[in-house]
Amino acid sequence: MSADIIALIVKATGQTLYMVAVAGLIGSLLGIPLGVFLATSGRGELFAAPWVNKVLGAIVNATRSTPFIILVVAIIPFTRLVAGTSIGTTAAIVPLTIATIPFVARLVETAIREVDPGLTEAARAMGASPMQIVFKVLLAEARPGITSALTLTIVSLIGYAAMVGAIGGGGLGDLGIRYGYQRFMPDVMAVVVVVLIVLVQLVQSAGDRLARQFDKRSRPR
Amino acid sequence: MNMTVLRNTATSTPQVLPGNEATVPEAPNPMVVFEGVAKRFAAGNTGAEVVALNDIDLVVPRGSVTGIIGRSGAGKSTLIRLVNGLEKPSSGRILVDGVDIAGLDERSLRPVRRSIGMIFQHFNLLSSRTAFGNVALPLEIAGVGTQDIEKRVAPLLDLVGLSDKRDRYPSELSGGQKQRIGIARALATEPKLLLSDEATSALDPETTRSILALLRKINKELGLTVLLITHEMEVVKAIADHVAVIDGGRIVEQGPTFDVFTGHVHETTKALLGGLAGMHLPEFLTSRMSQLPEPGSRTILRVIFKGENATEPMLARLGSDLGIEVNIMAGAVDEIAGRPFGMLVVSLRSNEAKIAEAQQFLANHGLSSEVVGYVR
Repeated sequence: MSADIIALIVKATGQTLYMVAVAGLIGSLLGIPLGVFLATSGRGELFAAPWVNKVLGAIVNATRSTPFIILVVAIIPFTRLVAGTSIGTTAAIVPLTIATIPFVARLVETAIREVDPGLTEAARAMGASPMQIVFKVLLAEARPGITSALTLTIVSLIGYAAMVGAIGGGGLGDLGIRYGYQRFMPDVMAVVVVVLIVLVQLVQSAGDRLARQFDKRSRPR
Repeated sequence: MNMTVLRNTATSTPQVLPGNEATVPEAPNPMVVFEGVAKRFAAGNTGAEVVALNDIDLVVPRGSVTGIIGRSGAGKSTLIRLVNGLEKPSSGRILVDGVDIAGLDERSLRPVRRSIGMIFQHFNLLSSRTAFGNVALPLEIAGVGTQDIEKRVAPLLDLVGLSDKRDRYPSELSGGQKQRIGIARALATEPKLLLSDEATSALDPETTRSILALLRKINKELGLTVLLITHEMEVVKAIADHVAVIDGGRIVEQGPTFDVFTGHVHETTKALLGGLAGMHLPEFLTSRMSQLPEPGSRTILRVIFKGENATEPMLARLGSDLGIEVNIMAGAVDEIAGRPFGMLVVSLRSNEAKIAEAQQFLANHGLSSEVVGYVR
């Protein structure tokens, strides 16, 4: 394998990591609050707003059920508005982020709903405000679940980032298609796949370790 | 102390016969007062309503341990949640230390709730925090500074006997230890009232006793009023000096524990008291007992002694003074709110006139008795 090809692989790995990191970060920053709101705004809940809850839930479902590649092309005007261009790695971050927000939100919602309602009641009985309940009880208790949710999000993002070659996003997926497939370079394809597997493994085991560390529920030390 | 207060005031309110409506003695400056409280829940989307509580009048004397006892579904949980505003009444007033809880919105309830501690059946400790962190939580919520939190948590852990578990997580503690942490947490903001929601129902009998002893100690040493709900008669018997019996969303009886339990007037109270010493007659007696006297049959008498009256010399004197032969069939002694309560089932061979004389003799010496049947 020539030095040029190796340089291409390094560059593509960098692009993938860049897209995953930025989309993951922004997506989580917006997705976690959305997830908390979805989990606490049902009828009779902490921030009860059943109608807002229903509307947001429907939007989340719509976004999640749109195939990612269709989302990428469908929001090109929005991408251009935000990133100033609709092609390239930075532009690709826009649809990746848009897809990440509802993904994170649903997983975080599930993690928050698994917190024992008795804890919310106990905090209310202590005179806690709704925001104190969110930060001191819900987010603290759901931390292992949220960690697992974010791990899954990053793993999925690594997969999504392979598709944005369609709009010139670059990255490992794009490299695999253009060199490995279209130019018949099976060795490039193999390296791309191996790098992706290693990335996913690293993210998954780091996430698992972190989640275990946060989980004090039933594991005497 | 509270019993005296209640007895004195009983003369100023219309006397209600036992077995009728519950009496509400007006103790001076009580900690909690329910006035005509009702709570209805919507049942599904049909517009129908379920009545959880109806016409509740209840007084929790200041400094007392007051128990509310009832079966599952009697409305106990709803009732205790009305006290700190976790539930809102459909009508009526709930005064906590003179403040009407029902009239406060969620924001104004917060400072009030900080003056009311609460402990739970399933402890409700944060799994992500250590024992220290859990006890610190209400202080953090109240905005107490880190250094002051440190100063206040340590003595609380000491009070509940768990100073050595300060850095343990709830999953590393036993049920009893978790409840002790729950109690320390409830006391952190120095409340004037402690609510206990079936706090011992998930614990074994021995742990239950130690938790009740701790609650008693807190009540005595800190002068904290305790309001507890339970379905276990043992709990009320052990620590409550005032009791209310709830059934079908209504208070059917309330008063000093000893009087309510030894009077056993209401059917629900009777049912709940099933386990109280000697309330059941032994099988060998009931199987051959008849309700009417027959020639030559012996009279079965249940003699109840309350408080400090001893029975034994009295029974012996039935023989020596009245010439009645007394045969002890069954008996038990129990303790309610720290006072002995006992019951003896005896059989007497004598005629009706003599039996009446014997009962009069026992009554003169402060022992109540009733004829429960006859055996041949």
